[in-house]
Amino acid sequence: MSFEFRILRVDMAARTCTFEPVPQEYTGLGGRALTSTIVAREVDPTCTPLGPHNKLVFAPGLLGATNSPNSNRLSVGCKSPLTGGIKESNAGGQPGGHLAKLGILAIIVENMAPEGEWWQLELGKDKACLVPSTVTGLNNFDAVAKLVEHYGDKCSYITVGRAGEVKLTAASIACTDRELRPMRHAGRGGVGAVMGAKGLKAIIVNPEGGEAAPLVDADAFRSASKRFAKALAEHPITSKGLAQYGTAVLVNILQEAGGLPTKNFTVGQFAEHENLSGETLNKLTKERGGEGKVAHGCMSGCVIRCSGILPDKKGKFQSKWPEYETLWCFGPHSGISDLDKVSRFDYMCDDFGVDTIDVGVAVGVAMAGGGIPYGDADAALAAVAQISEGTPLGRVLGCGTATTGRVFGVRRVPCVKGQSLPAYDPRAVKGVGVTYATTPMGADHTAGYAVTANILACGGKVDPLKKEGQIELSRNLQVATASVDSVGLCLFTAFAILDVPDALPAIVDMLNAKFGWKMTGDDVVTLGQRILTTEIDFNRKAGIGIGQDRLPDFFTDEPVAPHNTNFDFTNEELATVFNWRDEVKELEKNRK
Amino acid sequence: MHLLVKLSTTLRDHVPDYQPNPGLELSDIPEESTVAQVAAGLNIPAEEIKIVMINGRQCALEDVLRDGDRLALFPAVGGG
Repeated sequence: MSFEFRILRVDMAARTCTFEPVPQEYTGLGGRALTSTIVAREVDPTCTPLGPHNKLVFAPGLLGATNSPNSNRLSVGCKSPLTGGIKESNAGGQPGGHLAKLGILAIIVENMAPEGEWWQLELGKDKACLVPSTVTGLNNFDAVAKLVEHYGDKCSYITVGRAGEVKLTAASIACTDRELRPMRHAGRGGVGAVMGAKGLKAIIVNPEGGEAAPLVDADAFRSASKRFAKALAEHPITSKGLAQYGTAVLVNILQEAGGLPTKNFTVGQFAEHENLSGETLNKLTKERGGEGKVAHGCMSGCVIRCSGILPDKKGKFQSKWPEYETLWCFGPHSGISDLDKVSRFDYMCDDFGVDTIDVGVAVGVAMAGGGIPYGDADAALAAVAQISEGTPLGRVLGCGTATTGRVFGVRRVPCVKGQSLPAYDPRAVKGVGVTYATTPMGADHTAGYAVTANILACGGKVDPLKKEGQIELSRNLQVATASVDSVGLCLFTAFAILDVPDALPAIVDMLNAKFGWKMTGDDVVTLGQRILTTEIDFNRKAGIGIGQDRLPDFFTDEPVAPHNTNFDFTNEELATVFNWRDEVKELEKNRK
Repeated sequence: MHLLVKLSTTLRDHVPDYQPNPGLELSDIPEESTVAQVAAGLNIPAEEIKIVMINGRQCALEDVLRDGDRLALFPAVGGG
């Protein structure tokens, strides 16, 4: 067989690129399972995240480069400069599928280029080399435009903007979408700062000569892939809802449920929510026409198509549809209700290369500290623009919410393990609060998206205002998500996985047909637990103890309107989430 | 009795001239009406309704409404 997956090791100090056979301990792994395993084995947990001992790992998922729908996501792993713990952040766009087609199981970037040197990595079929970067100092849109001029429109591109170059701890890594726009980001945890610290400005992925991944049983794969596509087509969220309204569809339902954090988590509803809703986004996109688009897929093979394009008033491209999280943090959280201003914020974040969540939450926190007038969209945009200029204020915001809260002396800083909370108030959506507190990633909704059963009546129903069932819900979702992130699947396939009985068996059958495995649904659970264990063990060695699995105390002290509920889990209850771990069993035993 | 009804996404298509702000203000609704009866009165097919909230709490189609309630109806929605 001519096609063989290999690991590409890139040494930024020696400027060498070496293809290596896949060692035994990494076989059968992909996506998050692989990045976290590599980071845990190869990175000293106590190392300086922006120093030479950290490594930056890119890995497509197990179903990358196959004809499974929605399976081309790219995982990025390292020790996070934001949380000080292990990080996996994943992105859509084209590079994940392209890397898999080139037979690259993972890229491991290690060491650092000498201070002030910037390199770009050219990848092709059996080819990898570092050349001096031609786009240093440019933000993502200009950088990609210039790279496309040289390398062409058949390649995909992975870049950092100026935020990554100056190593801001909320810096992201951008992946280009199908139209070569750098708008799909591995956003969370400051992975862009690690790429910047390595002196790696860009990766050019030329898929020419690449091929679909070999399948042990092609017929069985085809039939399982069809079943999975059918499950996605059957479910109303994955077939229609996300395409028509984007993730912004959540604005109105979280508003109604009183879980839309407003004015830095002091209230759970925002009077002007409708201006920022998915319904408004859909209507405005259609009215303005031109280059706008409802139902746009960010990567090849996507059937969900949540990433619409919002045109400006003249019909010209303005930005992608802002995600719900982006709409929320620059919107209700910061007292802003102008959709075009939020869209501008989204574009700037994509361009400079920063996480919209950590920076948007930082804006609202700066407002709480008097650094930016509350609700002043123009002042907020001017402040965010300074991220690109590298002024002190820009650097503070670009380092995210925890740093901003400290600088402005703010009492309510909504972070766990240094990473900002996303768009669901943990007092009104308690299941996702359990995930925020306990996931090894720092506050992250995607790590165990309990909004499903709490609010969306998806995968069962658990009352969002009560404690009952939330620990188990968060546990099960965190385990399942770790597996989904390893397969390379878009997390939105989870809506179908939770509700359509044949979806998970179809995924298991695809994996078995591709690799010749005899996996069962139970093995998916085991895999998820193993990944989480690897990640938590890394965090323990990095000095992040179980005592950091907490929300800031204002969430327990202060009830939030309209339901006037608190986050009322005890530390002992939160400690039971990862109940298969020895440290948890030990704690339980000591209590008895 | 009086009700305020809020509709989401495709459910709005069943009610001509629905205004998201402030929503639909209904009066003269018979006492003891259920969610299902109010939805039927608005020509919203029950099978399209996935989530019902009364005053911000999830409820069922057969639940009885009270004067002054805020009723929100959603089809299947999801994001993240």
